[in-house]
Amino acid sequence: MEPTILAPRKFARLATHPLWRGAGVTTLYAILAIIAIIQVFPLIWLLFFSLKDNQEVFNLSPFALPTHPKWENYTKVWTEGNISRYFLNSVWYTAASVLLTVLLASLVTFALTRMNWKLKGPVLGLFMVGLMIPVHSTLIPLFQMFMKINLTDHPLSIILTYTAFNLPLTIMILLGFYQSLPREVEEAAVMDGCSVNRIFAQIVLPMTSSVVATTVIINMIYNWNEFVFINTFISSDHLKTLTVGIQNFIGQYTTDWGAIGATLMISILPILIAFFVLSNRIVEGITAGSVKG
Amino acid sequence: MDRVMSNKKMIALYVLPAFMLILALIYIPIVLTGYYGLMRWDGIGAMAFIGLDNYSRLVQDADFWQSAYHSFLLALFSAASLIGYLAIALVLSGDVKGANLLRKIYLVPMLLSSVAIAQLWLKIYHPTSGVLNSFLTSIGGSGSVEWLSNTKIVLLAIFIPIIWQYAGFYILIYYAALKNIPSSLIEAARIDGANPWQIAFRVKIPLIANVAKVTVVLAIVGSLKYFDLIYVMTDGGPNGASEVMASYMYHQAFRSFDFGYGSAIGFFLLLICLVITWLIRKLTASGDDIQYS
Repeated sequence: MEPTILAPRKFARLATHPLWRGAGVTTLYAILAIIAIIQVFPLIWLLFFSLKDNQEVFNLSPFALPTHPKWENYTKVWTEGNISRYFLNSVWYTAASVLLTVLLASLVTFALTRMNWKLKGPVLGLFMVGLMIPVHSTLIPLFQMFMKINLTDHPLSIILTYTAFNLPLTIMILLGFYQSLPREVEEAAVMDGCSVNRIFAQIVLPMTSSVVATTVIINMIYNWNEFVFINTFISSDHLKTLTVGIQNFIGQYTTDWGAIGATLMISILPILIAFFVLSNRIVEGITAGSVKG
Repeated sequence: MDRVMSNKKMIALYVLPAFMLILALIYIPIVLTGYYGLMRWDGIGAMAFIGLDNYSRLVQDADFWQSAYHSFLLALFSAASLIGYLAIALVLSGDVKGANLLRKIYLVPMLLSSVAIAQLWLKIYHPTSGVLNSFLTSIGGSGSVEWLSNTKIVLLAIFIPIIWQYAGFYILIYYAALKNIPSSLIEAARIDGANPWQIAFRVKIPLIANVAKVTVVLAIVGSLKYFDLIYVMTDGGPNGASEVMASYMYHQAFRSFDFGYGSAIGFFLLLICLVITWLIRKLTASGDDIQYS
């Protein structure tokens, strides 16, 4: 699809000719634009059918704009089902896990980069190998463990699991930033008799606020979207999050496309808003988390 | 400084909370998965030690190998598509206007929950009202394809949304790596008379070999443990035609209540992921990192 793959010299010489160059550049732009459309079109289509009634969905072209936007689809799913409950659960599980993950990861990263101890290497190694572990290889024992201590169907099982599984990535993102931080201020603080806790809380943590913001948004996205753990550990409807909640909810509305569309839109809206506001941070977090691996 | 930062109690205070969490929720469960794999166990009653019976059953289980075959096909598909992503990133990291916006647009699907993506694609693939069949009809094709109930095409139909979901992620990583190359190197190659193809193949790609290695590991291991979309869209059906290793494990444990056998599959999955990670690193380690500066 893109001529770089071919690469023989003849093409290369042709490509430098002004005429070909113009045509080539146009083609490349067209390809890039088509990919952008493919990536976004399904979401626009989702927005359209979330505002339609079945009459429009089944009788008119799927590409047609909604004739009279049915905002009542949104009010209906928000008030009739448990969507508002799922939404609040998503918010609070996400907030609690993000807070715990970023705090614990900051403490560990501080100890790994600033304190002197022998087992640094192996401990860091265990955190990093955690990135490679398939969730499914831990699922049955986790389920059993939570059952034994009466934590299945309890928010704590979710918050602790999210925290544990997001710690490796969060530490990895923080690590690069901590290593590049200057130490002069801390050294001066130690001379002045400052305690470790105060150095961490009042000097280092404020200096890392930009990378902390990056890890917060990345953790937020991952927790908000998580499916396997919540689907396995939580059985009571009033404890479910949006991801599993909409799954059941949609089951009841199989033929009401407008309601399904509105439910899906509600579930992805917070992420889309976060993306519009914080896209640079998200991009930064995703690249920092993988390029360094 | 040294004395304050070597305080054992403080180090323990900073490291242990996070460390205990990954130990309890990631590493102990892995060991337990290996242990449960040696048992006959329904998850509720008593366990009976049966040695390697679960594993010899695994070796002979045609359904499992079919699911493993599907997982490996997905891995192959994902790894092959990396070439396309690299090509797109090469174009994008040139002097493309709006590259920053485009790479963000490409990323949007990756930020959404798999459940929302799965539900959306169920609608896209809908035989009569879905946008795909409508599109095919409008360009003169047969618009009545049963994408998800035809055993011959269901696998491909399920791979496409997975590719759609992750394309932006890999393009973003390649883009960031390519932008990291010092422009002086590319300038020098240009002055020496290298054409754009030579610059891409001889300068740019060798310089991002390390990042490329990481993406190959991510794509292959990520595919081998893939679960979410498949579980929601087809649940492995029809008739096992889209079953993958993780969904097969989930069905054995949480539907058939064969926790011993499910654990054996989970442990096998872990081994495959670790061995393949190690193999890719080993195979690609021979070429020393190219340094042009």
